[in-house]
Amino acid sequence: MALLHIAEPGLCADPHQHRLAVGIDLGTTNSLVATVRSGSAAVLEDESGRALLPSVVRYRQNGIPEVGLAAQLRQTDDPHNTIASVKRFMGRGLKDVPGASATPYRFVDAPGMVRIETHAGVKSPVEVSAEILKVLRSRAEASLGGELTGAVITVPAYFDDAQRQATKDAARLAGLNVLRLLNEPTAAAIAYGLDTASQGTFCIYDLGGGTFDISILRLRQGIFEVVATNGDSALGGDDFDECIYRWIVEQGGVAEASVTDSRLLLSLARKAKETLTGHDEARIRATLASGVELDLSLAAETFFALTAGLIAKTLGPTRKALRDAGLGMDDIDGVVLVGGSTRMRHVRAAVADFFKREPLTNLDPDKVVALGAAMQANLLVGNHKTDDWLLLDVIPLSLGLETMGGLVEKVVPRNATLPVARAQEFTTFKDGQTAISIHVVQGERELVGDCRSLARFELRGIPPMVAGAARIRVAFQVDADGLLSVSAHEQTSGVQTAIEVKPSYGLGDDEIARMLQDSFTHAKNDMDARNLREQRVDGLRLLEATQAALDADGLRLLSDTERIAIGRAMDTLQVLLNGQDHVAIKRAADSLNRATAQFAARRMDASIQRALTGRRLDAIEA
Amino acid sequence: MAITLSERAANRVQKFLDQRGKGVGLRLGVRTSGCSGMAYTLEFVDETLPDDIAFVSYGVTVLIDPKSLTFLEGTELDFVREGLNEGFKFNNPNVKNSCGCGESFNV
Ligand SMILES: Nc1ncnc2c1ncn2[C@@H]1O[C@H](COP(=O)(O)OP(=O)(O)OP(=O)(O)O)[C@@H](O)[C@H]1O
Ligand SMILES: [Mg+2]
Repeated sequence: MALLHIAEPGLCADPHQHRLAVGIDLGTTNSLVATVRSGSAAVLEDESGRALLPSVVRYRQNGIPEVGLAAQLRQTDDPHNTIASVKRFMGRGLKDVPGASATPYRFVDAPGMVRIETHAGVKSPVEVSAEILKVLRSRAEASLGGELTGAVITVPAYFDDAQRQATKDAARLAGLNVLRLLNEPTAAAIAYGLDTASQGTFCIYDLGGGTFDISILRLRQGIFEVVATNGDSALGGDDFDECIYRWIVEQGGVAEASVTDSRLLLSLARKAKETLTGHDEARIRATLASGVELDLSLAAETFFALTAGLIAKTLGPTRKALRDAGLGMDDIDGVVLVGGSTRMRHVRAAVADFFKREPLTNLDPDKVVALGAAMQANLLVGNHKTDDWLLLDVIPLSLGLETMGGLVEKVVPRNATLPVARAQEFTTFKDGQTAISIHVVQGERELVGDCRSLARFELRGIPPMVAGAARIRVAFQVDADGLLSVSAHEQTSGVQTAIEVKPSYGLGDDEIARMLQDSFTHAKNDMDARNLREQRVDGLRLLEATQAALDADGLRLLSDTERIAIGRAMDTLQVLLNGQDHVAIKRAADSLNRATAQFAARRMDASIQRALTGRRLDAIEA
Repeated sequence: MAITLSERAANRVQKFLDQRGKGVGLRLGVRTSGCSGMAYTLEFVDETLPDDIAFVSYGVTVLIDPKSLTFLEGTELDFVREGLNEGFKFNNPNVKNSCGCGESFNV
């Protein structure tokens, strides 16, 4: 049963046509889903009232994965099959993941993106993330009482093309329609900007479980403009846990920790860290596999000293972002804290000290990203008037081409506002050269080897000319999600070629298609069956209601022609109801509805007439 | 007869109005949707209309147009929770049969 919510004036949806939209914060450590109902954004909770879903997936022998808290609890005793912080591996090769060797996973180094061997087979990070998204999707559908129209999913501002594409693929695999990928700090700004109607230039400092983002945003007359972003996609609360972990190993004289021991100690380290946010001391007690007992006490002061270096590491990108934006400290009107790790006292103090002002913390730092994403989703599906606000986003890393000698020629500079299209001209360097190879890279460095390779393609069929005579225009286009397409065009001959950059993270289209196939053969059958059931019920109800209306008022309010037309539409629907085609049933029901629209309006007017002449309403339809 | 809000519904509406930061009340309405019957509408109100009939329930103003009122006389709007799902529900004494979806009905 659909429960109703209050719509904006004039924006009430037709029955069964509600545009259910959610915002999803797919975090390294925790994931959340939020929505806007009756005008306010709220995080959706599970049956036990928990909003945060730990981003942990455990693959069981029976193939059915366990997600969230249940999986997190099994991390210690089933470390190989229990995958946490998978976001770090999205769109990444093994060599790109710092500290990968410290994890208990059995990696399979596939070209571009790592895979992990589990009980249930070799899994890509895209598949693991999809499991998390599926849980949030069904939580949302249960909470909203219907299928989702779409979702806005957030990504760290510093995510490159491969990481964004991987996130989109995960959503697709989870059966979600992605309305848009949104930078996490931008989502936070949306939540703050709308809630407080602030104006000015803001700095969003987001220290989560696995990533650090810094963004500088300008809010003006309800318009958000991202003026600079920077960060470190491998720095977060996990590193604070590891610091404590190393301290425990050292202080406790742990010679050799088994996989199980290290998981246990890591989770104790995290607990201690969170305790130190509100207390001056944390006790750490554990029994190792070897039987050795540990009983240590960690003072907040010690913890702060141990991790001061990590906090310092966040200030470098912060300075760079300010410099990119051409702003001084005085130009910043407010600093917003986002991410669970900004609860730590010494982080807050360091940020306040750096900016010489107290940061804003009135929204819950764990939830603010999901709330902002929900507001954006609500806007994108049309539940909110669009002219209220507009959102500008920027490209996080420069995009360029390889030129002679392995150098990079930048075409789209970092921090360009999205969507963006830029073109540059190149030429041939040999007499009679008929093809040119185009290598698209992303990054800030000068040498191709130091940047990330996104795609290679060739422009062939250039007519032979002397070196330097061909004029090859290479155009880059980045859409609102930060995804890239590149085309090349030889101007004198008109030869051209184009490519949508599917980042070379190793999941080819074939593979994505196969994964989708696998999950859809089941999902699609289920969905078809469900759609058929729903359409049959709706169709039957419609037939009955129409018949009842015809019996009551058909002769009085309809002409013969009208009655025949309605009768025909009813017959068509009746026949289709016995078939299997839910789309056809829907179509027939829609056309019956159209055929009776006039009739319904006349009946409504007639019944008002009768009501006004003193008859009781319930006597009308005898 | 009047249109009323349950206390729970009124509290919710007031909260949503506060969070929204503007609006003079809540508009209830009915519109036709082919022969699947009629459907309820529920909207915030920024501007009242000349024909509007107003009711006040637990301090919340409820506006309704006269045409819709014929179908909603005696209705109580409630706020309910069903499993994970929560939202508003019309308890309309005029309804003969509703579609079970809670959104459309016949009189
Ligand atoms: N009270 C607390 N004190 C200190 N740290 C905390 C506290 N509560 C949560 N954290 C830390 O916050 C981190 C999780 O933050 P959050 O949920 O914002 O991350 P995330 O969004 O999943 O990660 P990311 O933004 O990197 O993708 C964890 O490292 C957790 O230990
Ligand atoms: Mg986060």
